[in-house]
Amino acid sequence: MSAVQSSRRKPPRVGDNPIFRRLMIGIVLILGALLVLAPLIVIGFEAFSEGWRVYASTLADPDTRHAIFLTVVTALIAVPINTIFGVAAAWAITKFDFPGRRLLLVVIEIPFSISPIVAGVAYLFVYGLQGFFGPLFEAYDIKVLFALPGIVLASMFVTAPFVARELIPLMQAQGRDLEEAATSLGASGWRTFFSVTLPNIKWALLYGVVLCNARVMGEFGAVSVVSGNIRGQTNTLPLHIELLYHDYQAAGAFASASILAVIAVITIIAKVALERQGAGRVRRPALSTPAIPAAEPKP
Amino acid sequence: MRRNVLPGLSLSLGVTLFYVGLIVVLPLAALIFKAASLGPSDYWAIISSPRAVASYRVTVLSALGATAFNLVFGLALAWVLTRYKFPGWRIVDAIVDLPFALPTAVAGISLTALFATNGWFGSILSDLGIRVAYTPLGIMVAMCFTSLPFIVRTVQPVLEDLDPALEEAAQSLGGSDWTIFRKVILPLLAPALLAGLSLSFARSLGEFGAIIFIAGNQPMSTEITALLVFIRLEEYDYQAAAAIASVLLITAFLMLAITNILQSRALRYTMKG
Repeated sequence: MSAVQSSRRKPPRVGDNPIFRRLMIGIVLILGALLVLAPLIVIGFEAFSEGWRVYASTLADPDTRHAIFLTVVTALIAVPINTIFGVAAAWAITKFDFPGRRLLLVVIEIPFSISPIVAGVAYLFVYGLQGFFGPLFEAYDIKVLFALPGIVLASMFVTAPFVARELIPLMQAQGRDLEEAATSLGASGWRTFFSVTLPNIKWALLYGVVLCNARVMGEFGAVSVVSGNIRGQTNTLPLHIELLYHDYQAAGAFASASILAVIAVITIIAKVALERQGAGRVRRPALSTPAIPAAEPKP
Repeated sequence: MRRNVLPGLSLSLGVTLFYVGLIVVLPLAALIFKAASLGPSDYWAIISSPRAVASYRVTVLSALGATAFNLVFGLALAWVLTRYKFPGWRIVDAIVDLPFALPTAVAGISLTALFATNGWFGSILSDLGIRVAYTPLGIMVAMCFTSLPFIVRTVQPVLEDLDPALEEAAQSLGGSDWTIFRKVILPLLAPALLAGLSLSFARSLGEFGAIIFIAGNQPMSTEITALLVFIRLEEYDYQAAAAIASVLLITAFLMLAITNILQSRALRYTMKG
């Protein structure tokens, strides 16, 4: 009886025909496996194609180690600075009304739609010898391009929107009431941020940081323009992969790539875990539309 | 109007404007300044040279092909993930983001390994007379991979929120599944699909890392615009690099404007319900 009732309450929806359903699942899984999963699996096969010893010797090579070191250092500098920027931008944009907010939102999103090569070229024209500041920096013997600062700056460009775009829709939806209550009770700005705002945004913040870190460690196009590809000096891990690959050391290239592939898989696991905490789930308002009025907090 | 009592406007806005100015606006302004300093006739000569035009053609056509494939496959993937629950769907849902998480250079070498004539897929395809690696088809494959998540992730939430009552009403009026999909569901998905399409297309136009390994990079046939910029830089021809990069930049701005318009329409559409 109850089975009949529940089946009556839930009529079959469009596309619930069992044959169609199985066909769709089958096609999507096969295509997905071929297009998305196979590239991940082939990395493992190719990395070990010449045996464990070649794999181990690639990872033990000083140039590979330096590339790993440089990639980690870049992330350690770029990600925290980016995070501070993301929090500041979200605080300014969601807690205050000022003219030009919408424009600011659009400008923050710009790096997301620009080719990494264009970003790299743009940096050449600021810090290169033919650029704005190049001659000045040259005179004081400060190296930006073809050195760590250039790599960090280019990485910060391509990842500028990552933290802000996670925080802005969430803080927009949370409104200003809690912060206003805390301030009117006498809490300082910092105290309000750390004990009222931060606990509400911590998962979204972490989500943005994880995605930002993955992009910084994997950035190729922008960094390849500004780094100068000096082996053992300014080669990050993705650039090192290209160098080995074009040097006919395919197994070595894939061995280095396997490190980044593992980081990608860890990123996805962290992403799923954070989504279970509610991060990344707020519907993103289109950034150019007028801000949504502050929603009432859910009871 | 309510008075704002919250502190920190000057600090947070100051940090934001400083960062955005130094990291985003200054470099782009420098690029535009450099390209503009060329003068109209030189600028036009560079950006309309046969090699540049050939690179626009292969980039745009491959991006269109990849986006068309992703439109169908991305919609099917989003449909399967929201409508059907099958063992392992959570894993499939997570793996959809792999193209965003996997560095482009890594994707480039592994797609090349798969589609080269001695690779897993390439050997089968070459028996059928199809060559993928080092042809425009390879460029398309790389673009398909890197831009797949855009359409899935923009369509999925709209599909999840679709009111079953609409379908029931159409069913009670005697519509077949295909008719209901075409006349009821697809129009509701259209704004999200369009927004996903423009994001996917824009990403494909700018993609570099995944493509250069698989493309073959022959001038006039398999050389994408981003690579041509890179080659001009390596030749120390900074003016040509600036001019061609500015074409990519202007295209990106156009796509950004289109995406924003489409997204705001998509949002208006879904917020009403």
